[in-house]
Amino acid sequence: MMENKPKRIQKNTWVTILLMLGLVTILFPLYMTVMIAFKQPSEMTNSISGILSFPEKWSLDNFREAMKVTDFWNSLGNSLVITLATIALSIVIHSLIGYVLGRKKARSKAYNAVYLYLVSGMFVPFAILMMPLVKQTAHMGLANEVGVVLLYTVFYMPMNTMLYAGYLSNLPIALEEAACVDGASAWKTFWRIIFPNMRPMHATVAILTALGTWNDVMTPLVIMSGDKNTLPLAQLNFQSQFGTNYNLAFASYLLALLPIVIFYLVCQKQIIAGVANGAVK
Amino acid sequence: MKENAKIKTEKKLRVPNKLSPKERTFLFITIPIVLLFFTFNTLPLIQGVIYSFTNFRGYGSYEWVGLRNYIDLFHDARVGNSYLFTFKLAVVTTIIVNVISLVLAVALNSKIRFKNMLRGMYFLPNVLGGLVVGYIFNYFFTYILPELAKMMGFEGNSMLANSGTAWFCIAVVCAWQSIAMNTIIYISGLQTVPEDVYEAGSLDGAMGWKQFRHLTFPLILPFFTINLVLCMKNFLMVFDQIMSLTKGGPAQSTESISYLIYNNGMSGGQFGFQSANAVVFFVVIVVISVLQMRFLGKKEEQL
Repeated sequence: MMENKPKRIQKNTWVTILLMLGLVTILFPLYMTVMIAFKQPSEMTNSISGILSFPEKWSLDNFREAMKVTDFWNSLGNSLVITLATIALSIVIHSLIGYVLGRKKARSKAYNAVYLYLVSGMFVPFAILMMPLVKQTAHMGLANEVGVVLLYTVFYMPMNTMLYAGYLSNLPIALEEAACVDGASAWKTFWRIIFPNMRPMHATVAILTALGTWNDVMTPLVIMSGDKNTLPLAQLNFQSQFGTNYNLAFASYLLALLPIVIFYLVCQKQIIAGVANGAVK
Repeated sequence: MKENAKIKTEKKLRVPNKLSPKERTFLFITIPIVLLFFTFNTLPLIQGVIYSFTNFRGYGSYEWVGLRNYIDLFHDARVGNSYLFTFKLAVVTTIIVNVISLVLAVALNSKIRFKNMLRGMYFLPNVLGGLVVGYIFNYFFTYILPELAKMMGFEGNSMLANSGTAWFCIAVVCAWQSIAMNTIIYISGLQTVPEDVYEAGSLDGAMGWKQFRHLTFPLILPFFTINLVLCMKNFLMVFDQIMSLTKGGPAQSTESISYLIYNNGMSGGQFGFQSANAVVFFVVIVVISVLQMRFLGKKEEQL
């Protein structure tokens, strides 16, 4: 045993080193993005060193210009509103339905059928809903952010309902029964006892829903009419305006990545835990 | 029997009046939510199926064409190519992602230094948006990689401009992002394996590859199933990366099914025809998901 120990530590040092080297594949594209975003087109000679070297001067001009061209603050605002509204609606609606179905599906065939109906929605690809939804949302006056939020709430319902219904098994039914004896209605019992106790699952749902909606392009692309943009959608819609000015384009890409990267750096632990938790359940 | 049935229906009919307040609250919650789900999921799905039997162009009048669209689908080279491309991409990327993720997960789960920092960094690609990542890699494949190739004495053409290699660029970008997610799932799988399993195994001489093959892997098989199903589903629906890397080109060689439905259905005047394509695509996704879960579920039972 004693002899084995030093060998093992040595081996793991090698693993650490290899993993550090592997980080190049993650960091290189990001390094490239930052370098290009800060440079002027005149600095971009055709050689790799011209592209990847440090800029002569760290200037924010590209970012100022990119913000103007892509209407950055509006796009950011739209993305924030859509994501936050979707998270709020998802937590309320999906925990409610998850609770009801989780409690009833074992005892009632009808509720079990509803559960299977909702969860099977997971298999429906957006591609088949896309074209009819464009007509339908336009017809209902929902070709806007409200429509996108409603759609997200529906698209994430299968997964989140399953997560909430599954999580219920961690909450002893005695909790509710005690409240019932005290004369609280089912509605009150949910909000006072169940909802607060589902907090770990709220975090998972919020994170999974946030990552999905924040980065989604397809739904706002086909649903939102007019010149409203989300942050990723703006990158698509302004491609032609960037032209061959890659410095401007990369400044814009960096701006689009920044909010989620900052969010990730702040809540890294919760995000990794949430994602793992959601996928494994 | 008839009597019985009668009593049963009567009972059923009377139930609504006799619902306890709790049951009423449950119905009050369930009905509007199910209606919402029906309106924005099932209803468009039904409409999609109905459109698939018409020659609707997205505007103007249209007629019923019966199964015409479905018959045409099987003779349409462009549709056939998009299925071939999408499946090639999905299968190859799923393999690449799972092999690399497994290795990474084992490495990141061993006793290493800077564990949390390393895990954090390797997960970063997963939170970035597929479209923007695609644009960044587009530049890399168009300008950086050809230069690197020239420096090493190869021909310096962009892989994205070549219809034989463009699909591989897309696979690389998809993998770059998915590896992060799959690694985290494998790590949580590895953490479910108790330490004493390894100890018992090492007594029997199971170390290294042998240990992984006969001890670790069978124990994390459920996580392998999750990753395989998730990967296949995500890659079969690939869209953002196509939009930002190739727009389906060169020569329509990288048109994914989702991209083709979007492109030709929304603006190409093939609303009805692409609806039929979408219906077939839907069936394919369901069949594959069910088969994967059945097949891999059985393997789990055998262990």
